[in-house]
Amino acid sequence: MNEPLIRVENLHVWFDLKGGTELHAVRGVSFALERGERFGLVGESGCGKTTTILALMGLLPPNASVAGAVYLDGENILERGEETVSPHRWKDIAMIFQGAMNAFNPVKTVGKQIVEPMELHEIAEGKDAWKRAGELLETVGIAASRARRYPHEFSGGMRQRAAIAMSLACHPKVLLADEPTTALDVMVQAQILELLVGLSNDFGLALVLVTHDLPVVAQVCEQAAVMYAGEIMESGPLEGLYHDPRHPYTRLLFAATPDLYGEGEVVSIPGAPPRLDREIQGCPFAPRCDRTFAPCHDVKPRYLAVGPDRHAACHLNDPALAKAS
Amino acid sequence: MSSAFTAAEAPEATAESRPGFLRTAILGEPQAIVGIVVIIAFILIGVIGPFVTGDAKTKVGTVFQHPSGSHPLGLDGGGADMVRLLVNGARVSLLVGFAAAFVSILIGGVVGVLAGFFGGKTDIALMRLTDYFLVIPDVPLMIVAAALFGRSLRNIILIIGIIYWTTTARLLRAQVKSIRERIYVRRARAMGAGNSRLVFRHILPQVAPLVVANTVLLVATAIFAETFITFLGLGDPSAISWGRLIENAFTDDAILNNAWWAIVPPGVCVAIVVLAATMTGAAIEEALNPRLAVGHLSVRRFRMRVLPSVGRVEPSATLPPPTGAAGATSGKGAKR
Amino acid sequence: MSANGDGASPPLLDVESLVMHYPVPRGLVGTLARRPKGVVHAVEGVTFQVREGEMLALVGESGCGKTTTAQSVLRMVDPTSGAIRFRGQDITRLGARELRPLRREIQMIYQDPYESLDPRFRVRDTVEEPLDVHGLAGAKSERRQRILDALVRAGLTPPELYIDRFPHELSGGQRQRVAIAASLVLNPKLLLADEPVSMLDVSVRAGVLHLLDGLRQEGLGILMITHDLSTAAHFANRIAVMYLGRIVEEGPAQEVVTNPQHPYTKALLSVVPKRDPQHRSRPQILQGETPDPTHIPVGCRFHPRCPIAIPECKEIDPELRRTAGSRAPGHVAACIRAW
Repeated sequence: MNEPLIRVENLHVWFDLKGGTELHAVRGVSFALERGERFGLVGESGCGKTTTILALMGLLPPNASVAGAVYLDGENILERGEETVSPHRWKDIAMIFQGAMNAFNPVKTVGKQIVEPMELHEIAEGKDAWKRAGELLETVGIAASRARRYPHEFSGGMRQRAAIAMSLACHPKVLLADEPTTALDVMVQAQILELLVGLSNDFGLALVLVTHDLPVVAQVCEQAAVMYAGEIMESGPLEGLYHDPRHPYTRLLFAATPDLYGEGEVVSIPGAPPRLDREIQGCPFAPRCDRTFAPCHDVKPRYLAVGPDRHAACHLNDPALAKAS
Repeated sequence: MSSAFTAAEAPEATAESRPGFLRTAILGEPQAIVGIVVIIAFILIGVIGPFVTGDAKTKVGTVFQHPSGSHPLGLDGGGADMVRLLVNGARVSLLVGFAAAFVSILIGGVVGVLAGFFGGKTDIALMRLTDYFLVIPDVPLMIVAAALFGRSLRNIILIIGIIYWTTTARLLRAQVKSIRERIYVRRARAMGAGNSRLVFRHILPQVAPLVVANTVLLVATAIFAETFITFLGLGDPSAISWGRLIENAFTDDAILNNAWWAIVPPGVCVAIVVLAATMTGAAIEEALNPRLAVGHLSVRRFRMRVLPSVGRVEPSATLPPPTGAAGATSGKGAKR
Repeated sequence: MSANGDGASPPLLDVESLVMHYPVPRGLVGTLARRPKGVVHAVEGVTFQVREGEMLALVGESGCGKTTTAQSVLRMVDPTSGAIRFRGQDITRLGARELRPLRREIQMIYQDPYESLDPRFRVRDTVEEPLDVHGLAGAKSERRQRILDALVRAGLTPPELYIDRFPHELSGGQRQRVAIAASLVLNPKLLLADEPVSMLDVSVRAGVLHLLDGLRQEGLGILMITHDLSTAAHFANRIAVMYLGRIVEEGPAQEVVTNPQHPYTKALLSVVPKRDPQHRSRPQILQGETPDPTHIPVGCRFHPRCPIAIPECKEIDPELRRTAGSRAPGHVAACIRAW
């Protein structure tokens, strides 16, 4: 089997908390992306999706500890922590932070703010860097002449485009986008999503789209993983996730999302996610699940292959156990 | 009990003041505890001490008598016992410190809250007034005022209070201005709550920790101010404060007499109390605004760990596709 | 259609030709550069009604004036012109004192449940405060009963479990329910809900929306402000689409969604992501963003971005009217190409 462009294997992230306790935010996440592939990481607040991609960038705070591997072109970039991840940060893996469009320095021109990281990473300097900044802006649909403008002269959507241009400065192969359209209007959201799809198609950029918004993923990505309480509950092609969910959480999450033309009732999932600073007994979703049976509360479901390219962590997929239900 | 704690993508402190905030802010910070303990100790000494020691000015021996068993810190230029003087001085110095801080907080609080809450012209007028007070050089003003209004303890308190309210006013104005726009305040207003309810029920409790921190810091400033006003000879001549002890030591030529015990101990007392108050105040401020404490994005120092023994099944591991249970979870929810 | 307006009783809320302009602060640089004083035309002649037992969704992008409209209805701002009538009474120019009874009958639900509760108030205090403000305190036991009832009505059962908690001990959905309980304790007739679920997790949104729907069925009128057409389509009776301070299309929710008449509504619907990956529509992306409400185009305000604009569109400022394609009564659009 060919080695994919980026492969995340059994990634764990813990945060030390005050008082000596620990928060196990990411609990064994694995996924892989090919060049030009678009992958959605979906989940609700606190499920560990953002922490997961911050770990891929090595951008975790000092109270974090990480286990697992991230293979980029076959090389484990987490091998020796910061030492091995920093050469790849921004150059191979880049990220658009949540709210990036509001993170521009108001007293520097947008161009300057794209040039600076390029010079810092010794990609280009001086005139060359400015030329490249102009090209990058053109790539994301902003006239190069706008590089000399200040952030406040840009609309929200344009600032988000500029933030994307910034992340592309060092020719990354993988782009991680954290809620890139959350604060934007639907019309602008559509423009930004179109841009991201275009980038992955035209430049073979592998895109990891982190969002709570299932329909956005459904419209943009080929593959997705649904996260809950730090774990992937189910992953696979979107068609499958939507039409034939193999985990009750996936099914309920789709059912909780109102659709313009959907006719069924929009459901809510009772209860709240478990605390992540404790050990979780059995399936983390069991207390909120509508399909629980004997083993769910005690035995942790295995993350099993449930079809081509598909995995799910639910006892219902375990033939030996499911019979009992 | 499920709490909102689960929403911790990356644990981050909030600057929001919650119930019990002040207690945790002080108890969670060793330097605040030390500061508070020191201040309370000095208050107790100042309140109870003079009753134990009796009249401090009584001449008990020769001028600048060396420290000895009966007079651990020796005698001053008037032959009075230094320990007694220090204990009595604590009462006056702390009284001036707290009373002046109270006056400052009162003026600054009213100005700051009114300006911040009402905004507009009220704000402009009050802030202009604050600016005037802010640019007046404080030491000369204190000297002039003390000379003008007389050298009583009450006047000293008022002068210090009136000079140092400006920072409080500005701080509170900014804070109140932002809290006034908070949704819960807007919600209360839309529900029909009047201004006094908004201020006293919603805004003041929220700025209380800031007021406390500010008061404690002002106590330090005021004690310091009293010390140098008195040292300059403008203090209340009848009151014994630490500043007066230093001034007396100076006028009595303690240095020429090598009587370090007459001049160092009051100075040390001032330093300790000022330091304690500053430590407490700074700790509360820091808790209020965690960003003051650590560079929040001091990233890249995460650790790598060995995988826990109980891992999940790797997706690459090939497992027989469970045909029997296929579709077991495909509910009606998403199928239509 | 029960919400068809020729009954004898006046509608719960009747907004007529509401206009709300306010000056833009120029800032120091602006003043020094002698930039002309701008005026934001936030709301420019908006007319709509909300009846008892009806939910009207005011849908639009940011800056379209939907929030300002709600602020005007709540009389937190003074409208420039137009009329706001609540149960037949004109409240447009009432002073603070005369507005007090109104502050009971019209309640607002805010977007951010993490911000809308006083962090120092227990649930009990938050729900009790409205009673205090309006002097409805009564005996202690009666007061407690009212608080418990409101919590139950807001779906926080058993209420004893929640009454002594602080906001930071509640989840987002629970906080929003507490905010709703604090509104319900006054038995309001009209709820204004400003993006009531957009800050909540997907899994709990429906719960809050069903709660609002239940209140509507009990007879409350609800004006919901949202940017989310999918939610509006599911939970509102009627949808009004706003663009640059004007309602450009209004009608029964299903009609607006399935048979849109205005080109802006059509574009908006086309860009709403569908949750079925097979329905990857070709979004009809309008170029540019919503223009700045300080410079409203003459003629039809949508014409610079409209894919079907004709020269007349630059001259005629269309009013809301029945269109050739509309099938349901009360379905109107402001577009000369659709009439």
